[in-house]
Amino acid sequence: MKPTPILELKDVSVAYGPTKVLHAVNLHVMPGEIVTLIGSNGAGKTTLLKSLYSAPAPYSGSIFLNDFDITSIPTHEVSKRGMSLVPEGRRIFPAMSVVENLAMGLVACADKSHEQATLKKIYELFPRLYERREQRAGTLSGGEQQMLAIGRSMMAKPRLLLLDEPSLGLAPLIVKAIFTTLKQIAADGTTIFIVEQNANQALKLADRAYVLANGVITLTGSGAELLSHDEVRKAYLGAH
Amino acid sequence: MDLYVLGQQIVNGLVLGSTYGLIAVGYTMVYGIIGMINFAHGEVYMVSAYLTAIGLAVLAYFGISSPWLLISLTMVFAILFTSLLGITIERLAYRPLRKANRLAPLISAIGVSLILQNYVQLSQGAKNQGVPTLIEGVFRMGSEDHFFQITYMQMLIVVVALIAMGLLNFVVQKTALGRACRATQQDRQMAQILGIDTDKVIALVFGIGAALAAVAGVLITLNYGSFDFFVGFVTGIKAFTAAVLGGIGSLPGAMLGGILLGLAESLFSGFVNSDYKDVFAFALLVGILIFRPSGLLGKPSVEKV
Ligand SMILES: Nc1ncnc2c1ncn2[C@@H]1O[C@H](COP(=O)(O)OP(=O)(O)O)[C@@H](O)[C@H]1O
Ligand SMILES: [Mg+2]
Repeated sequence: MKPTPILELKDVSVAYGPTKVLHAVNLHVMPGEIVTLIGSNGAGKTTLLKSLYSAPAPYSGSIFLNDFDITSIPTHEVSKRGMSLVPEGRRIFPAMSVVENLAMGLVACADKSHEQATLKKIYELFPRLYERREQRAGTLSGGEQQMLAIGRSMMAKPRLLLLDEPSLGLAPLIVKAIFTTLKQIAADGTTIFIVEQNANQALKLADRAYVLANGVITLTGSGAELLSHDEVRKAYLGAH
Repeated sequence: MDLYVLGQQIVNGLVLGSTYGLIAVGYTMVYGIIGMINFAHGEVYMVSAYLTAIGLAVLAYFGISSPWLLISLTMVFAILFTSLLGITIERLAYRPLRKANRLAPLISAIGVSLILQNYVQLSQGAKNQGVPTLIEGVFRMGSEDHFFQITYMQMLIVVVALIAMGLLNFVVQKTALGRACRATQQDRQMAQILGIDTDKVIALVFGIGAALAAVAGVLITLNYGSFDFFVGFVTGIKAFTAAVLGGIGSLPGAMLGGILLGLAESLFSGFVNSDYKDVFAFALLVGILIFRPSGLLGKPSVEKV
């Protein structure tokens, strides 16, 4: 029997009112994989992730999470099905403390018994968060906020972790550290789907990759294949 | 200046102010969470005055005469009924308009005000209504003919208001429910993505705001003894002034604004002119909106309504 994808998009088209953004996107992520979606600014990457949460829902096509049809289910129901999002721009709650932000990641879990163990694991991955646990999240640096957003998403012990441009606006050294952490998280058994404009790091990390341009998937292959693909190198890796 | 008169005005101001604070909380929480001024909030307060009279009458019919039992049961009845009313108003009049432009829910709120006022006027009559005094007794300081005083009823008002506000602060700051409210206020869509049913949170905030207005409504009604279908307007605008003074959207601001407005109004009517105390409050509102729209504890980026 063919193993079922953890996430599968079938002919997904998304629009904001009259503005069509995604056109019949097909894409899947298998359990245990690291998959990346690269594309330039405005290609529709964030829209794709948001459509998984019905915000907005696709106007046609369907989305499956572990074979369960999540197309158009209410936004707050989605995270209860084992998927967490680290959104673009981090979107931590600035007026809450670090611990409170982490606690927000637990809302989606009916069973919260893993709280202390997961919290410990997050603090091990990000000792900075432990040092600053009582601090207002709005006062953290960009890198620390990104760590917090990742930590928050891990609190729910997701089977699938979605990340939207985690490198955005961060210094190269911090980006590197974050990608190293992602590798660790994946090694612990979490499936990862990462959306990036900064293709280099993402392609190096990923098992498989998709290229999204103007709302259409134009290329797909292994991370290594796309890294050496001429068009990809020209368009997304700054090669000439 | 007569220190006894000053003391008396301060006592009166604190009592008045703590009720303004209770009502102001409803304006500020709703504004914080959905960015609208719920102009029907004053009418919810007005309804709670009628509920006080109805509650007392029903309890008297069943032969209950202990003042404490009367007050607490009436309070529970008024809180339950008004929070349901608050939630219903949000569900019917505001939620369908959430994606509409900012003016639509405002107009809807004014519509709800008119409906509630007219309904109460028609069903309960336009004339003044009254409730009996349940708590007698006063605490006096000074000599026989030169003193200031605080009645036991006034003490009850301040104590209950403090307890209610303390409880609310605890819930908002320390519980998962309060955290859900704050998350919804700071980033509604992210809160949803994390699994919070923000429609329920918003309904809850309307319920809490209405419940606190009912606490104020029962206390004020018991204290003054009389009311009519129009009391929601003036008191509502004053509580709104308190919320703006403290910084709309800020919970501690609403409480502080309430106390300060109560004090200012009381001192104004004691030392300047008591006929113009309402005008004074409105002038203060206009002044704050012009010179410091963010209020005392609010963030500077408050949108104009
Ligand atoms: N809320 C929105 N309303 C209308 N158009 C939007 C909205 N968000 C994004 N868009 C449009 O959708 C397109 C894709 O945006 P986005 O998904 O954010 O791209 P990316 O994440 O790849 O940079 C852009 O043209 C953008 O202007
Ligand atoms: Mg984006």
